[in-house]
Amino acid sequence: MGTGKYTSGRYLPFGDSALLVEFGDTIDLDVNRKVIALSKAILKARIQGVEELVPTYRSLLIRYDLAKIGYKQLVLRVKDIESELKESKLEAVRRIVVPVVYGGQYGPDLSYVAQFHGLTEEQVIQIHSGREYRVYMLGFVAGFPYLGEVADEIATARLETPRLKVAAGSVGIAEKQTGIYPCEAPGGWQIIGRTHLRLFNPQMDPPALLKPGDSVEFQQVSEKEYKKIEEAILNGTSGAFWKE
Amino acid sequence: MKVFNVTKPGFFTTVQDLGRYGYLKYGVPISGAMDAFSLAAANVLVRNKPGDAGLEITLIGPELLVLTKVQVAITGAAVSPKIDGQDVPMWQTLNLEERDVVSFSRMESGCRVYITVRGGIEAPLVLGSRSTYVRGEFGGINGRQLRTGDIVEGFEAEPLDALYKMPEELVPKFTHRFQVQAVLGPQADMFTEEGIDTFFSSEYRVTPEADRMGYRLEGPLIEHKGKADIVSDALLHGSVQVPKNGKPIVIMRDAQTTGGYPKIAVIVTPDVSLLGQAKPNDVIEFSEVTVSQAQERLREYSRLFNGLNRMLVKAV
Repeated sequence: MGTGKYTSGRYLPFGDSALLVEFGDTIDLDVNRKVIALSKAILKARIQGVEELVPTYRSLLIRYDLAKIGYKQLVLRVKDIESELKESKLEAVRRIVVPVVYGGQYGPDLSYVAQFHGLTEEQVIQIHSGREYRVYMLGFVAGFPYLGEVADEIATARLETPRLKVAAGSVGIAEKQTGIYPCEAPGGWQIIGRTHLRLFNPQMDPPALLKPGDSVEFQQVSEKEYKKIEEAILNGTSGAFWKE
Repeated sequence: MKVFNVTKPGFFTTVQDLGRYGYLKYGVPISGAMDAFSLAAANVLVRNKPGDAGLEITLIGPELLVLTKVQVAITGAAVSPKIDGQDVPMWQTLNLEERDVVSFSRMESGCRVYITVRGGIEAPLVLGSRSTYVRGEFGGINGRQLRTGDIVEGFEAEPLDALYKMPEELVPKFTHRFQVQAVLGPQADMFTEEGIDTFFSSEYRVTPEADRMGYRLEGPLIEHKGKADIVSDALLHGSVQVPKNGKPIVIMRDAQTTGGYPKIAVIVTPDVSLLGQAKPNDVIEFSEVTVSQAQERLREYSRLFNGLNRMLVKAV
């Protein structure tokens, strides 16, 4: 406990049908890289009985079918795969650009975040859109990406009282994480902007625009541009915001 | 094929099958019948596949006007279902005629009832399942609970020549007390020995905050060693989280897919299905089992679950 990154995975039983492999107890790039690398390697190994893999910040959940593989047998197979993971820092990642209109009615907490850090709103926007973020995991509501890491200069604690409704597409900050609300939901993140990108569509497979391990960049657009895009989507003349 | 006209929707009635597996990594909950065993039983009673879609009825049943001659089965919590006001048995195949009215009395114990129709209920497949996920507004009938005036559709199927019933010894009896087994972990090491003892030796009461997402429980507080937060990792139905206040939360099928509280234990699969019948004020007692004991129970349960269709007897 409290060691941050582990030297090798901790193998933990998760009830009668799942195994959890933990690589650390912290939000950390190396930890998450190991999670994603192991997830990919297990998929590639096509272990019979492995039903579903759920990568998160710091662990991989492996759901399995007891009729096809036992707990001990699965642990041995996965440990073998883990031991053969290459220490490669180069992952093949998808890069996705997310257009955002910052501030005003779209980002009601932008002014608070700026004030809190003694910055101008424009500076907050530059810092937020000035780096690449990693999709550490999806959760909270379907398609919600947890992105990291936010620069210390703009990292801000959640609202003391969460909002009952945060609009779909809202881009928020919570400490060193940033995220995008795929649908209207209650939430306590500091909302600084909004995107028209549709992050989740259950009629598509995969249903989420982003997946763990992806790289995301925010790009500022003006309100005018945002409205133009919104109108185009409503008119059905532009729907090309879904790409795999 | 139009099967029912919903004349009263009941408290919370949704279309459910056995769940939407494979999309947890995208943040999509598994959903599906809270009491999977009862849904599977209702399906095999009309010779459907165990995983076909049925209606899950919660606490207060709907009133359904039958639109076509059809065979159905009703299982789950004891509820005295009625056809045109006459009591009919649960856990057996029933013949319905056009213009019959199906209604339900109060549930004495347990809180979920399943009704299936021969051929299965028709609803669009969304990510491989017909289950309704109300928070996400997809699956089932327009992603929501049934409303007055909804038409429930079913797939066409040859009517059965014989009617079947579940042997009495296989019919689960739900009370207000649930004894469930659970495997320690994955974050049991964040609790003191006393905390773990408390969890396995106390009675916990289901609070009114209990729905398809999960149940908040009230009872002796469970002690953490230190901090009560973790960097979020995956949840599955049956996981028991304990936040800082020391009160356990049982995760159920519509819960979010990740969580930031330590999980003290995970309930064995057959008992998660059983807990699908727990309602506010019911009592839950947990007992500890090892992974191999849990898996022995799961094997036994799977044999029963997959063999249900061979265990039916002819109804007279």
